[in-house]
Amino acid sequence: MTVLKKQVRIALRNCGVIDPEQIEDAIACDAYFALGKCLTTYSPDEVISEIKTSGLRGRGGGGFPTGLKWEITKNVESDQKYVVCNADEGDPGAFMDRSILEGDPHSVLEAMAICGYCIGANTGLIYIRAEYPLAIQRLKIAIKQAEEYGLLGDDILGSGFDFKIEMRYGAGAFVCGEETALIHSMEGLRGEPTVKPPFPSVSGYLGKPTNVNNVETFANIPVIINKGAKWFSRIGTEKSKGTKVFALAGKINNVGLIEVPMGTTLREVVYEIGGGIVNGKKFKSVQTGGPSGGCLTKDFLDTPIDYDNLVAAGSMMGSGGMIVMDEDDCMVSIAKFYLEFTLEESCGKCNPCRIGNKRLHEILTKITEGNGTVEDIERLKELSDVIKDTSLCGLGQSSPNPVLSTIANFEDEYMAHVKEGKCPAGQCKSLLRYDIVEDLCTGCTLCFRNCPVGAITGERRLPHFIDQSLCIKCGVCFEKCKFDAITLT
Amino acid sequence: MDTINLTIDNKTIEVKKGTSILDAAAEVGIEIPTLCHMKLHDLNIENKPGGCRICVVEVEGRRNLAPACCTDAHDGMEISTHSLRVVNARRTVMELILSDHPFECLICAKSGNCDLQDMAHQLGIREVHYKGEQSHYRADTSPAIIREIDKCIMCRRCETMCNDVQTVGVLSAINRGFNSVVSPAFEMNLDHSECTYCGQCVAVCPTGALTEVDETGKVIRALADPTKTVVVQTAPAVRAALGEEFGLEPGTLVTGKLVAALRRLGFNHVFDTDFAADLTIMEEGTELLNRLNRFLSGDKDVKLPILTSCCPAWVKFFEHQFPDMKDIPSTARSPMQMFGAIAKTYFAEKLAVKREDLVVVSIMPCVAKKYERGRDEFKVNGNPDVDHVITTRELAALIKLSNIDFNALPNEEFDNPLGESSGAGVIFGTTGGVIEAAVRTAYEIQTKKELPRLDFDELRGMEGIREATIDFDGLPIKIGIAHGLGNARKLLEDIQAGKSEFHAIEIMSCPGGCIGGGGQPYHHGDASILKKRQMAIYREDSNKAIRKSHENPYIINLYKEFLGEPMSEKAHHLLHTQYFDRTEKVKI
Repeated sequence: MTVLKKQVRIALRNCGVIDPEQIEDAIACDAYFALGKCLTTYSPDEVISEIKTSGLRGRGGGGFPTGLKWEITKNVESDQKYVVCNADEGDPGAFMDRSILEGDPHSVLEAMAICGYCIGANTGLIYIRAEYPLAIQRLKIAIKQAEEYGLLGDDILGSGFDFKIEMRYGAGAFVCGEETALIHSMEGLRGEPTVKPPFPSVSGYLGKPTNVNNVETFANIPVIINKGAKWFSRIGTEKSKGTKVFALAGKINNVGLIEVPMGTTLREVVYEIGGGIVNGKKFKSVQTGGPSGGCLTKDFLDTPIDYDNLVAAGSMMGSGGMIVMDEDDCMVSIAKFYLEFTLEESCGKCNPCRIGNKRLHEILTKITEGNGTVEDIERLKELSDVIKDTSLCGLGQSSPNPVLSTIANFEDEYMAHVKEGKCPAGQCKSLLRYDIVEDLCTGCTLCFRNCPVGAITGERRLPHFIDQSLCIKCGVCFEKCKFDAITLT
Repeated sequence: MDTINLTIDNKTIEVKKGTSILDAAAEVGIEIPTLCHMKLHDLNIENKPGGCRICVVEVEGRRNLAPACCTDAHDGMEISTHSLRVVNARRTVMELILSDHPFECLICAKSGNCDLQDMAHQLGIREVHYKGEQSHYRADTSPAIIREIDKCIMCRRCETMCNDVQTVGVLSAINRGFNSVVSPAFEMNLDHSECTYCGQCVAVCPTGALTEVDETGKVIRALADPTKTVVVQTAPAVRAALGEEFGLEPGTLVTGKLVAALRRLGFNHVFDTDFAADLTIMEEGTELLNRLNRFLSGDKDVKLPILTSCCPAWVKFFEHQFPDMKDIPSTARSPMQMFGAIAKTYFAEKLAVKREDLVVVSIMPCVAKKYERGRDEFKVNGNPDVDHVITTRELAALIKLSNIDFNALPNEEFDNPLGESSGAGVIFGTTGGVIEAAVRTAYEIQTKKELPRLDFDELRGMEGIREATIDFDGLPIKIGIAHGLGNARKLLEDIQAGKSEFHAIEIMSCPGGCIGGGGQPYHHGDASILKKRQMAIYREDSNKAIRKSHENPYIINLYKEFLGEPMSEKAHHLLHTQYFDRTEKVKI
């Protein structure tokens, strides 16, 4: 199958393969083998060195080198440290973390214990959104089974190393994926970020050094230990090693989770794995990086996917959302859609994000409703720049990206909205116009009878007319007319 | 000490490691504008959520702008505080804030005193380019504080005061995104919450989102009513701060001008709460000695320490938070309420005026006093002992409204019989003052000897929690002092845990005591003003001929003519009160 041919499954290696509620299944697939190896053969420094050599970078979006993060946390002196697994997956359409936790929870538990061993922590905390009941249930089962087998808890495998894992539930705020906000939420405070530094590695949960990694990052760890950093670093590009899981969605034939080596091109993902655009329509754009990312044009289809290339292209890796758009998608509306999301999910703490995004959204609404001006587009750019430059956390610093990238790559579409009053994709209802062609209208009154707002008038057997001031562009007349007498422009 | 070198606007400076960019810039005289940031030196209070983004600066090599208030300076940093990029960002952020702020400056209580207004002016905003939806919330009125949170700019200063300093925990940010705002939980009304009305949120609010309930209109109506006799009392802390509203240096005492102004406003009798403070000492001091002597004689029913009860926010605090300890504070009413009770009985009888026709107005540094005067136990047949309470700020507004040239007023004396006070009454206005006043009287009653000294420096200061042992002629009396409810909580928890060794504890809710009250002229983050007011209070005390409450001739006379003796049945009825468990009162 082409869908699978280009894929390499590391993080998702056991998903769908094992029964996640049976630890024996996981152990048969090498679960906890890496932990045993670390505890019996390697010193913490050796493990960290291995992770550093592997080139693994954070899969939650930031792309920070994982080994370096562990090393920093290890080097901070403290009586108590914590390992935190960030399972607050929040990008619209992304569900790779949930799939890993539901399909292979032990891979994450094992990695957290390895991390604890390296940094000197005896407690792991999984911050997971309460909307993931199945993942929570399976994690609880997995923790219990691992404890029964002596793979978690006191004196793991007789090594003298203790490690316990607890669950913390989030209420589903996107911003709680930001690590300082996540930590505040775990502490029972309002989930909002604080200025870094201090970084959690120095002062995190309850003021103690805390290593926060994302689910997918953790899922890679046991494989790196088992197969070696060299094996891992052979996969991927120069600066981005290994694979990345993407949630493929949108106007594409094969949707769902895929895992591909870094360096795979967008074209391979869209046309080979994704099977091309639905109904043979024209590809318009691919959006990566979730609400903080950007929309890339066909010019970028041959870009090898990795952290740096996507940023250079004006988007980002993010946690791996990938949404494909075709010719029927309006890019102004797409930008507006993403802003709606950040608008609701902003914590409200800093002014540029709280008010700035609202104003961006209002300007975009104005444009999609046909009331925009060329100055509005300039205003969008100026405001976006300031929001990026002044916001407190990553959410605000990246929230204008969909606006900026759509303006950069699809400025003609914006111009069509404000200069010609047209939406080229035909998505912005306010910019549509339905007219009755006099010569073709038979006066059958079908449109008149179906118009929900009484915008159509006319005598039986005589041409009818649409009152544009009343028309709500619902398109019912267009659908009902049997004589193709109604035009849409 | 580790130091670092950096460059700010091309000036090279050396600062201590851990200094913020904001403070480092200030050291070379560069002022970076701030809005949400507030640092009250000496009081150990700092609010720096890094939320307003007005203080952003450009740091060479950094991708985005850095908030100066919460970014530490590092060795080798090159910083521009007023580059084009920075100024543009600052102005844009300010325009965004203004785009979600009601343009009601002309009728806003904070106009002229508003940090947002000042900053908009400083940044030269003449037009708001961003227009759109504005946040709308219902206004919330309580007996003391009004929340108009349409005007909230999420600076979080009130939260810092309410949660970190006072540990009351009523105010916090709720909702997300554009809808986020500071509010009591579930947007409940303030008067349904555990709010103590200490007013520290009002004292630090940069805009008109939190203000006191304005009662000046009621006072004007009372003054204009020919059927009413209107008496006024002024709290000790008012005279040490009112001058600031008229351009005088902080710490200027304006007692005489204050009296003159009140007289010109038309009050029939201008009295002093300090008189009632002396009365409080007689009652509270006697109660203290009663309890102390019973305790020393081995009475197991007696609980020590005794806690002062002058501060209405403190009273409400323990009624909500420590109801199991409501029999520990002194039962003595606050000086303001004692004054009201005496005015509407003793003084009304003297004038032969019915209590309904006598209006008692209080000038207070406090907003909680507005709440206190409405408590049911301080009413007789529905008629309150104190009819209206206005703050120092409201009085200043009233004086300005009446076209009184305050600074040109002569110094005048309070009326009698309720206007004479000792120095002990005056120092009620600052942290440590109530207990010092009590010591001056209790010592002489207990030991029957004259005090060898009058100034107890060991009880004075600005430390949040202080303790001292006073030698009562061989009997060591251990005294604790706390100002700020967070500090009070610590002492109370010690008592609860049986760890407290104090005989008496003085508690005031506001940092600095009443001089730092929620009704005082705005300090705009300058805590040195509080110190200057404190110095003024002690200066007034040392200038007084009589400095011990029990030597105030009018107090002696009041007992002789009317009350009998301290803790008499009449005194008990008029000057003491009871406390209630309010844990059940909080409703959503």
